[in-house]
Amino acid sequence: MAYPELHWLPTDPAWPQRLAAVEGAGWAEFVGLARTRLDFLATERLDRALRRRFPGAPEGSGTSPLRLALLGSATLAHLQPALRIAALRRGFGLAIHENAYGQYLQELFDPGSALHRSRPEAVLFALDTPHVLGAGAGLGERIGHLRRCWRLARALCPGPVIQQTLLPSIVPRLGANEHRLDGSPAAAVARLNAALRTVADEEGVDLLALDEQAARDGLDAWHDPALWHRAKQEVRPPAAPFWGELALRLIAARRGGSAKCLVLDLDNTLWGGVVGDDGVEGIVLGQGSAEGEAFLEVQRYVRDLAARGVILAVCSKNDEANALAPFERHPEMLLRRDDISCFMANWQDKAANLRAIAGTLGIGLDSLVLLDDSPYERAQVRAALPMVLVPEVPEEPALVPRLLAEAGYFEAVAVTGEDRARAAQYQANHARVALRGGAPDLGAYLASLEMRLSWRRFDRLGLARIVQLVNKTNQFNLTTRRTSEAEIAAVMADPEAVGLQLRLTDRFGDNGVIAVVIARREVAQTGVDLDIGTWLMSCRVLGRTVEDATLAVIAGEARRLGAGGLRGTYLPSEKNAMVASFYDRLGFRLIRSDAGGAKRYRLDLAAFTLPETAITVIAEDADTPASASA
Amino acid sequence: MDETELLQTLSAIVAEACGHDRLTLTRASTAAEVKGWDSLRMVMVIVAVEERFGIKMRTREIDRLKSVGDFVDLIRGRMAAAKG
Repeated sequence: MAYPELHWLPTDPAWPQRLAAVEGAGWAEFVGLARTRLDFLATERLDRALRRRFPGAPEGSGTSPLRLALLGSATLAHLQPALRIAALRRGFGLAIHENAYGQYLQELFDPGSALHRSRPEAVLFALDTPHVLGAGAGLGERIGHLRRCWRLARALCPGPVIQQTLLPSIVPRLGANEHRLDGSPAAAVARLNAALRTVADEEGVDLLALDEQAARDGLDAWHDPALWHRAKQEVRPPAAPFWGELALRLIAARRGGSAKCLVLDLDNTLWGGVVGDDGVEGIVLGQGSAEGEAFLEVQRYVRDLAARGVILAVCSKNDEANALAPFERHPEMLLRRDDISCFMANWQDKAANLRAIAGTLGIGLDSLVLLDDSPYERAQVRAALPMVLVPEVPEEPALVPRLLAEAGYFEAVAVTGEDRARAAQYQANHARVALRGGAPDLGAYLASLEMRLSWRRFDRLGLARIVQLVNKTNQFNLTTRRTSEAEIAAVMADPEAVGLQLRLTDRFGDNGVIAVVIARREVAQTGVDLDIGTWLMSCRVLGRTVEDATLAVIAGEARRLGAGGLRGTYLPSEKNAMVASFYDRLGFRLIRSDAGGAKRYRLDLAAFTLPETAITVIAEDADTPASASA
Repeated sequence: MDETELLQTLSAIVAEACGHDRLTLTRASTAAEVKGWDSLRMVMVIVAVEERFGIKMRTREIDRLKSVGDFVDLIRGRMAAAKG
């Protein structure tokens, strides 16, 4: 029986030997082992080794394990290893609480239950189809049951609540027109799955679309009625690794762990043939040939990814003029030069070019996905830069869009206006960098940008973007505290709290909301201070003194709230070293630091002059009291 | 595939499913003698055997298994039936 394979991950013939030698190995080796194509038995073996080696918090992972509640009404134990290994693949640990068999509702209701005591940071409802159908007499009652479950989960978990759509495991009684049969369970499943799309949005619940995956793979790949009767396993064990992927993608997306940039090879990836040899006229692309249409479809898929916020880059071993020629002259090209935020065509090795791309775009190497038809290049990049995501690419171009979709690197849970404008913003960044080359000094360059920083307090309109920015910003982020829409709404309603969203525009365009600050009024013995719990900024606007202008805004808010000083915190993470001395640079005084690298600061506003910047600060709602803006 | 080979393959599957480094099963072996080979692990063994040999075993046949020898006979029977 076929099962859904992790077909984008490479196989490693030496995997059994590597696993045998893994006793005492470091976290990175475990991550490496997880980043190969594993079937369910290999997944279980790796999970056993992982738990032997790291029984508690995994040292070296940089974070404590994420606490996940896995709630269901049938057997889920066989899915746990797949969840842990899918998290490992993304570099973090997972501590799972699974409800006692059949007791998820009792545990949700009982504040003293093991579920409540486990303090979950994410809740995943993996309810089996017969159970949900049994939870009510009609669609309304069943949806009502789910809503109640979600609200209970929301009350005990600040992080994402995820609902698995129902596996369409029930066969029809009538036939193709099953929907005409009153009381048909198969039709009820279809209606429930359709309704979930709306209801889950209303409740802020993310869906794990198991129904759609089963439609792609075939129900038999996911479900075996004999195993359901034998062991109450709704998802059959061979599908567990893929199921774990689907779940962890959603969790990672909420934590800002999705990839940001698709790096494209050119020859035999975006078109057939080698442009340097065959010429622009000779490459295979476009209507009229089966292969040409398949490559066109690859380009269409990639362009649609860009339209919803994925940054595109090119990394090709080519003379630049040859590489650019199809973008400029081939009539069938769907991707244009303007769609590519960073274009690297030269004869250097790809690892060096990928470093340059990450540097130019101001994102981490682990945010890059390389699409390259050459097994040689893929292997080289994997060896040199193991953090870059490098999928196996089918030789048949017609299969490439599905590869990218199933690999799930760019999983997203919301689409904001900023996402859609991102490519243009990175493009404009290039123009700015080019201008920097021409301006005589940095100060004059910054002045020539005519920057305007307009800020407003948190509002409903900005909610999705605020949450997204807080959860995906890794480098310029003082405390790396993640958040949810509910928490942001709480800040809006709290008169003692200040939530700021800051937008930067300049002569090249609108950068969108690029910084977020969350601070709280604190009364101490020494007086009233404003304590900055969250301060983060998009790396797109680094090196432009936006942080200095932001400090002026924060100081203004502090005075409004009657605070005489600011307090700041730096919490080190794996990725935020760039702001380790940020508060020192701004003139804050270090008041405490601990062995783990966390630091507390204070700034006395009375004895402090704000730095001058070339940025015009515009308060969009400064005249509105905080309480009224909420 | 002869019987020795089949026993070796089955041993490897059971070892992997039950978390042992290696295992040598004989026709006389039973699940009770193998540490960890409980009903949940048995599901894993069944699924892995079906994938490995390209067969589908019936619920009733599985429930009747008393020893590894029975299991080997069942696999061989199903493989022969699959060849037609």
